[in-house]
Amino acid sequence: MDVVTSLPAPGQKRLGLVIDLDICVGCHACAVNCKEWNTGGHGAPLADIDAYGARPEGTWLNRIHTFEVTPKDAPAQIVHFPKSCLHCQDAPCVTVCPTGASYKRAEDGIVLVEEDRCIGCGLCAWACPYGAREMDPVARVMKKCTLCIDRIYNEHLPQIDRVPACVRTCPAHARHFGDLGDPDSEVSRKVAARGGYDLMPQAGTRPVNKYLPPRPKTRPDRPAPQLPQAEAGEATGFLGWLDRALERLG
Amino acid sequence: MHPAVSVILFTVTSGAGFGAIALIGAGYPLRDHPLAVLLTAMAAGGLAVAGLVASTFHLGHPERAWRAFSQWRSSWLSREGVLAVAALVGFGLHTLARLFTDWPVAGIGWAVSALSLATIFSTAMIYAQLRTVPHWHSALTPAAYLGFGLASGFLLVAAAGNVSALGGVSVALIAMALVVPAWAVKIAWWQRAASATLAARDMTAESATGLGAIGRVRLLERPHSGANYLTREMVHRIGRKHAGKLRVAAIAIGAMLPTLIAALVAWLQLETVFLLAGFVAMMAGLFVERWLFFAEASHSVSLYYD
Repeated sequence: MDVVTSLPAPGQKRLGLVIDLDICVGCHACAVNCKEWNTGGHGAPLADIDAYGARPEGTWLNRIHTFEVTPKDAPAQIVHFPKSCLHCQDAPCVTVCPTGASYKRAEDGIVLVEEDRCIGCGLCAWACPYGAREMDPVARVMKKCTLCIDRIYNEHLPQIDRVPACVRTCPAHARHFGDLGDPDSEVSRKVAARGGYDLMPQAGTRPVNKYLPPRPKTRPDRPAPQLPQAEAGEATGFLGWLDRALERLG
Repeated sequence: MHPAVSVILFTVTSGAGFGAIALIGAGYPLRDHPLAVLLTAMAAGGLAVAGLVASTFHLGHPERAWRAFSQWRSSWLSREGVLAVAALVGFGLHTLARLFTDWPVAGIGWAVSALSLATIFSTAMIYAQLRTVPHWHSALTPAAYLGFGLASGFLLVAAAGNVSALGGVSVALIAMALVVPAWAVKIAWWQRAASATLAARDMTAESATGLGAIGRVRLLERPHSGANYLTREMVHRIGRKHAGKLRVAAIAIGAMLPTLIAALVAWLQLETVFLLAGFVAMMAGLFVERWLFFAEASHSVSLYYD
């Protein structure tokens, strides 16, 4: 393996997530299943400190924030906002790594940490604009979303389970997994149809993961959006006769 | 950002150490006695090494630190490590050669000098490269690090050195001519920092969530009730309340006091060894300055937590 933490030449395949903020109900099931799978999977466990005490905390690869969004002329709305590694095309966490522990795979664009090489300097976490990386307090190495690399290519799992744990478990189908480098993939079509966007494009990271915005709310103070009406053509045959007969009755 | 003691020690002391090494390498006249040369070299090298050792306390796995020499092609942190070791090895050879041989050492001295300055520059670039921390992401960051390294290193070397004047100019006056511009750069850095906010880079809760098209965005609930690595490391708030007072303290101790001491040395034509007091004061001021460098800096991840 070439361990130089320069970014690989951009590949065609860009695996990632599409997260639908219109649908997410903020249940945290994705975070729980992520922790459950990844604490026993790829690399060292995801530690918890003082798990049953007064100040529990631990390492998570996925966290769900909740925001309040207030339009200028309408009441506030709540948006649940799951956030995990975005597997950026220009991943600054990779190029700052002094040891080669942090790398981006050329074949599918997944950003990973080789834990045995990680010195725990934390610079990659400083370089990430999104807070996608957390230092494990016990293993003392950097942890991040692997896109469940030990599920998606795992031939011992049934086909339906070969998606990241967060996607598999989401009860609302707010999370989708696929190849965002393929414009015809299901996820790319969703992004195109719904106006999927990048988080904080100012950071210059070109994330692979995309977010689908909440759909516009219905507004009681405005006329409801009109549903398209069926074309009222001239009926023929028996129904046409019935229509005309009823018209004549007034 | 969390102002870790290990990183403050690392940047301040290794900056002074490599500044001093750069000056010795460039041929600053030391006292003739071999022991004086050795002690001066050990003071400069010791500061640089102490800083590098302190930096490893910051690591989760210091025993793997050697791996950090591998990624110099892409990583400023790796470059810093490689350059620091090259400068220190070269400086060791330079010192041994001048103590025990008659070989000409000017060539290796200039190389050591260049490597030392490159090391300080790389240290600064570890921070200046980060677009996530707008305070740091500026050419003024390496300028301030280089200025401080050279000024503090000069105070040390001039105190240990053999001459009261270089090219007819009192070394105390030269010290002042290095200390004052270094702090002038830092004041410019602070002025820039006042407007180099996350919001000025259009890094806001609105852009961080992409929800700005709908309306104003405010965090309603954090993901967890407790702290986490990110909040402790990057959403650090302690001490900003006193930032103004601490800046004044940094300038008073780190800039005005060494300048005053150097002025007295020049005016009263005192022994240059009194500049050592100026060196100690400047280092104390730089520790305050470096604490603020971290404590005052905002990281874009705070947009998801505030």
